[in-house]
Amino acid sequence: MTKYVIKRVLLMLLTLFVICTICFLLIKVLPREIPQDKNLQAVINARFEALGYNEPLMVQYGIYLRNIITDWDWGTSWYIDYREPAWNVLTDRLLPTVLVNLYSLLVSIPLGILFGIYAAVKKNKWQDQLISTSVMVFASVPSYVYGFIVQYVFYFLLGWFPLQVYSLADAGGSWWTFKMFYSMVLPIIALSFTQVAGLCRFTRAELTETLTSDYMLLARAKGLTRAQATTRHALKNAMVPILPMIISSFISILGGSMIIEKIFAVPGVGQLYIMSINLLDYDVFMMDTVFYTFVSLLAGIVVDISYGFIDPRIRMGAKK
Amino acid sequence: MKTNEDITRIPREKFEFVNHGEKIADRKFDDTPVSYMKDAWIRFRKNKGAIAAAIIILAIFAYSLLCPLLITNYDNTFMDVYYAKKPPKDLLLSKIGIADGGTNRDFSEKGLIKAIAVGIGAEDHDGTGDVTLEEGMESYYQPMLKIGEGRQMTEIKGAKPKTIYSARIDNYLEVGFMYRSIEQSEYHDIVAWQEETGKQILYPLVADNEYNIDATDANNWYKSSKGTPVSVDEYGKAQTIKYEPGMVLEDNYKRDADGNPVYFEYTGGGTTETAQYKVRVLYYNFYTYRNGFEPEYIFGTDSQGYDLALRLAGGIRLSILVAILVSAINLTLGALYGAVEGYYGGAVDILMERVSDILAGIPFIVAATLFQIHLSAKVGAVPSLLFAFILTGWIGTASRVRTQFYRFKGQEYVTAARTLGASDGRIIWKHIFPNSLGTIITASVLVIPGVISSESMLSYLGIVKLGGTDVTSLGTLMSDASSLWINYPHLMVFPALIISLLMICFNLFGNGLRDAFNPSLRGVEE
Repeated sequence: MTKYVIKRVLLMLLTLFVICTICFLLIKVLPREIPQDKNLQAVINARFEALGYNEPLMVQYGIYLRNIITDWDWGTSWYIDYREPAWNVLTDRLLPTVLVNLYSLLVSIPLGILFGIYAAVKKNKWQDQLISTSVMVFASVPSYVYGFIVQYVFYFLLGWFPLQVYSLADAGGSWWTFKMFYSMVLPIIALSFTQVAGLCRFTRAELTETLTSDYMLLARAKGLTRAQATTRHALKNAMVPILPMIISSFISILGGSMIIEKIFAVPGVGQLYIMSINLLDYDVFMMDTVFYTFVSLLAGIVVDISYGFIDPRIRMGAKK
Repeated sequence: MKTNEDITRIPREKFEFVNHGEKIADRKFDDTPVSYMKDAWIRFRKNKGAIAAAIIILAIFAYSLLCPLLITNYDNTFMDVYYAKKPPKDLLLSKIGIADGGTNRDFSEKGLIKAIAVGIGAEDHDGTGDVTLEEGMESYYQPMLKIGEGRQMTEIKGAKPKTIYSARIDNYLEVGFMYRSIEQSEYHDIVAWQEETGKQILYPLVADNEYNIDATDANNWYKSSKGTPVSVDEYGKAQTIKYEPGMVLEDNYKRDADGNPVYFEYTGGGTTETAQYKVRVLYYNFYTYRNGFEPEYIFGTDSQGYDLALRLAGGIRLSILVAILVSAINLTLGALYGAVEGYYGGAVDILMERVSDILAGIPFIVAATLFQIHLSAKVGAVPSLLFAFILTGWIGTASRVRTQFYRFKGQEYVTAARTLGASDGRIIWKHIFPNSLGTIITASVLVIPGVISSESMLSYLGIVKLGGTDVTSLGTLMSDASSLWINYPHLMVFPALIISLLMICFNLFGNGLRDAFNPSLRGVEE
């Protein structure tokens, strides 16, 4: 198992390195904006010279890697946060993204699993039909459509919640205040629809499969009631694929949803990404690219590894 | 013993063939054989939801193709800035109360009279100034569709309560009058057109005096003080006019020495051709004069004044075109890659798997952004979007095909084919590949909703810029609407509705196909 984990991690790092190299080269060859003003031009040119921007591309990449390894220096933001290290720019925006997505996961995981179990237990009855149909609809409709519906209903019609997330100053200077949470309710709801639907569908599919298996028949034959057999045998087995999915969604909350962040003005990494493209803040763009790549790779590998930890059968298989 | 001897010594003549002269073959099945595809079709037909979804998809697609043909008056480059952001209006449908171009709003008494005054003023093209409220309400150009009972409301505590009217107003007619600067020749054309059609475009100019609160607003044709309509007696004393039956507004038209209303004002220019006239036009009829038809937009107009119906059709066409292209290209690429990988296995497989692993690790949004930045200037926004989709999109198909090949390449019939001397290519495409056809078709349909949603997401975020007059995307329409849609809901509702419908239907349709192509589900439903 340890060998398997190490192998996977090393492969992931290799993949990350290759992707980063490609992205770095593609970003470096983009044109840089030079101001019209002569004095400013001289300053910028001197700065570029000092940063090694006039060296050949591969040398620049060497400098970039060296700076990361020696000083954890991922470059500098010149437009978004003037002269702030790119790493800080990113980490400053991590918390809002994580908070919104975490809240929404905390709401949607129990709801999704409960609906899924209920639909599986009532398979082919009207309750199941209802849940399955609405899951179909909710999983298909894109998340930004929910964004607009939620804004329309809860802000425009009912006036219960603010249109967008409060800025840090408005909410009392902290991300953890109740006021901040209150303004985050709408994006949380908008995000939850898709997540609840996805999880519900997955749970229903897995549970219906385990409910019809032979060991369930044995459990019933032993004299367990239907509820006992379901919770002790079927649910436990159904959880084997469900748990990794939940774990991976906890990792991907780092990435967040760009579109929801844009609609609700969440100052998170998604918004940073779009800002860095529009302002051509290349170091931040590169930082964000590396971050997104890392998160998506990490989510994939954690799923594979957690299967091994959760299910002993798969662990045995990996040893061979 | 004797019998045995007899049997061994049967004379040759006694033998005869059982079926001499007949062909020996298996008897044909009495029932007709069902091919794989036909079997899938039979099962697909039973899935009502999938059939309905397919019909809706076809309907939406047909709309996107037929819409530009049905709208003959203008094409997708036609726009009118004064009729931007207007709700749906259709002259036929408005008779039964839908698509009447109206929105419900609350009016103060002042605002209500100002809106009604457009209709009253439209009837008063001779400048007589004696059109009553009732006559004005009957006018074809009356923007007020329905006026509710007034109700008392206090906005601030202690202040005098105001009367608020809930009413429905036609947004096209609400534009009302407008000052335009036209050349003399055009002025004569308009006069001729007026006589020909009997529709009135030119209205008397308004005097710029203390009873006109805003001289640039051509709708202030009646005397008012701070926006409240007044009647002025001969001593110059103003009296407020109330909104009540029989109300007559006192006109404030510019008149010449004889007391006749003035219809144009010379503002500059030399010859008779180029002389500029300032005129006051009823925009609804001016539009009809200019374009030859009355304003009619079944889905309303977008934020710039283009017809939303045509923009939507363009967006749908783009979405479906991109999705089908992506799906077809990914299918081909994935099938080729997966077939080679799965058939040859070993070192080739390991190497190719690493390549696809690395490609799969690139987040789609990053790929799309980089392709846009690097390529959109050279090959255009849509092709570079296609590249981004293709870069990683084929990996799913490839791995599916690869699995199928691993499953089937060791089977007897493959060995048999190889023994008979079939080439690699023949074994791959004729013997193994058809096994994975069902999964591939299903996958390529299920790819479509993903592509549509990603495409609209990218254009919504502004990463892909598709804002031109000829190319548009549903995402761009929504992004244009995102700051306006609380006040102009139709801008958001129609694109969002269509994209949701497309997504739901393609998913239903794809799931139906998946079930149909899965032989293990055969007979489960019965």
